[in-house]
Amino acid sequence: MSTAELQTPSARVPSPLERLRTLVSPTGNTGDAMFKATMFSAALLLVIVVGAMVVALASDSMLSIKQFGFGFLTRRDWNPIAGQFGALPFIYGTVVSSFIALLISVPLSLGIAIFLVEQAPYYLARPIGFLVELLAAIPSVVYGLWGIFVLAPFLRVYVEPPLAKYLGWLPLFQGPITGIGLFTGGVILAIMVTPIISAVVRDVLTAVPSSQREAALALGATKWETTRVVLGNGLPGIAGAIILGLGRALGETMAVTMVIGNRPQISLSLFEPSYTIASAIANEFTEATQDLYLSSLVELGLILFLVTFLVNAAARLLVRSVTRRAAGAGAPV
Amino acid sequence: MNRADRTRRLNSAVMTTVTALCTFFAVGVLAIILAYIVWRGIGAVNLRFLIDSPRPVGEGGGIGNAILGTLILLLLASVIGLPLGIATGVYLSEFGGGRFANVVRFVADTMTGIPSIVVGVFAYAIVVLPMRHFSALAGGVALALIMIPIVARTTEEMIKLVPQTLREGALALGAPQWRVTLGIVIPAASSGIVTGAMLAIARISGETAPLLFTALGSRFFNYYLDQPIASLTVQIYNYAISPYDEWHALAWAATLVLMTMILAINIGVRILTRKRF
Repeated sequence: MSTAELQTPSARVPSPLERLRTLVSPTGNTGDAMFKATMFSAALLLVIVVGAMVVALASDSMLSIKQFGFGFLTRRDWNPIAGQFGALPFIYGTVVSSFIALLISVPLSLGIAIFLVEQAPYYLARPIGFLVELLAAIPSVVYGLWGIFVLAPFLRVYVEPPLAKYLGWLPLFQGPITGIGLFTGGVILAIMVTPIISAVVRDVLTAVPSSQREAALALGATKWETTRVVLGNGLPGIAGAIILGLGRALGETMAVTMVIGNRPQISLSLFEPSYTIASAIANEFTEATQDLYLSSLVELGLILFLVTFLVNAAARLLVRSVTRRAAGAGAPV
Repeated sequence: MNRADRTRRLNSAVMTTVTALCTFFAVGVLAIILAYIVWRGIGAVNLRFLIDSPRPVGEGGGIGNAILGTLILLLLASVIGLPLGIATGVYLSEFGGGRFANVVRFVADTMTGIPSIVVGVFAYAIVVLPMRHFSALAGGVALALIMIPIVARTTEEMIKLVPQTLREGALALGAPQWRVTLGIVIPAASSGIVTGAMLAIARISGETAPLLFTALGSRFFNYYLDQPIASLTVQIYNYAISPYDEWHALAWAATLVLMTMILAINIGVRILTRKRF
């Protein structure tokens, strides 16, 4: 619908500018066409940037890809002096530290989200929810600083010795206790992903229709039994939240770099120093003087990019499946 | 009440307690971290610390250049990131019905989850390598890339909150769509858009990883965008991993400054938006 034409007296001959306007935009308004094109190009740029990321990372790691092929993923030696580069120790450190993080933070986050959505009164849930979210506002480097000087000594004195004493028959809890290693890395990651997982689970639980709660309560269920019904309803979304937390843990850099010990080795012991993909890039990128070294580090970045992209995509789809259902909750089933 | 019912009620009460404990544990960790930062940092913060640049061990030194560097990087990232982010958000909310818009939404959501260190590697590839040296510009680009998807999604959400009747009213008065959006819709959503922008700035002001090999860091005051530049976060990192107690104290003091800034933004935004939502 052209609104510009209404303003133009019909008796007047259209000026050249007006003729140009109808030429460019069939709706008769050049401004609209230009405006839409400008906004569209910003959106397009975002998509192009992600594409450019893949291309740039892949082309800069081509040297390493050609040299090592898929063997890069399974080689255990990382020796810049000998020009030997294998990603396995980093992949191992990344996966194990993230796994420890999820092991601790998933029950914790679920507890927080359940408390805030299902149990706490509204006047309490809002401010406390905000405080939990503030944990996500603390920068990674600050967690790292706190990890070095507070968490690592605390774990070394109060947590790791009992673990070694009572669970020492497991190879996981053997070896020297230094406070710097995979275990501390996992714990600091757990603190960092908890606000993220709990925030998404809160959204998911809020999206579960209250008719589900009312039905359970009407059947005589206790508060906890009602909560279990709600959890069952939000299950895909909760899975999505956990995967989202996994994505964050896999790529977290500074805090882990500062407490994990940065030694490229694969050891069953959680007390031993380890190394993650992200911390290898952070530590060694400016030191990499040979082309192959730099290219191997960029390939680590490419691996991290692809893995976190897939993990995040999966998480978003799962979370959306629950929250979108809630958007149409008024409709009869 | 029979035994089975008692067990069920007990079970429910226990679980309520457990979830409450989880919550208070998380809040407790926050309190411990913040209290520790204040305790360790407050002693070393004074005017000289805030305006001086770093010095060798034993001579004190400050974070003036890092504060200035962080402000320059944030300004640079905002100049690049805010227009692109807001424009993308406007596209998603005003023209966002089609399949392409869904792709953009999905890409933006996924991009917020890409590790910031990978964004740093990308900024290195597209800015540092062609320029052949580290620069404030490269750091600003890296931070802007982190900022854009966040700003885009919050802008979209905020513009969606503007009542449809406002748009219809303006259109009925004969305004073309671009004037409706720029003159009516965006001003109506402006406080929400500013909120989103502030939160994005708070988020990137704490980023370290993408700056390590883009802005690199510097021990001096720098005003040139094509030169390496200091930032609070990289300065904290360098002080933290040094072997000197004196530098550790400086790291805590710098952390106190950084956290004050970030918490001020977060809490300020919270207070400003409370009456609206």
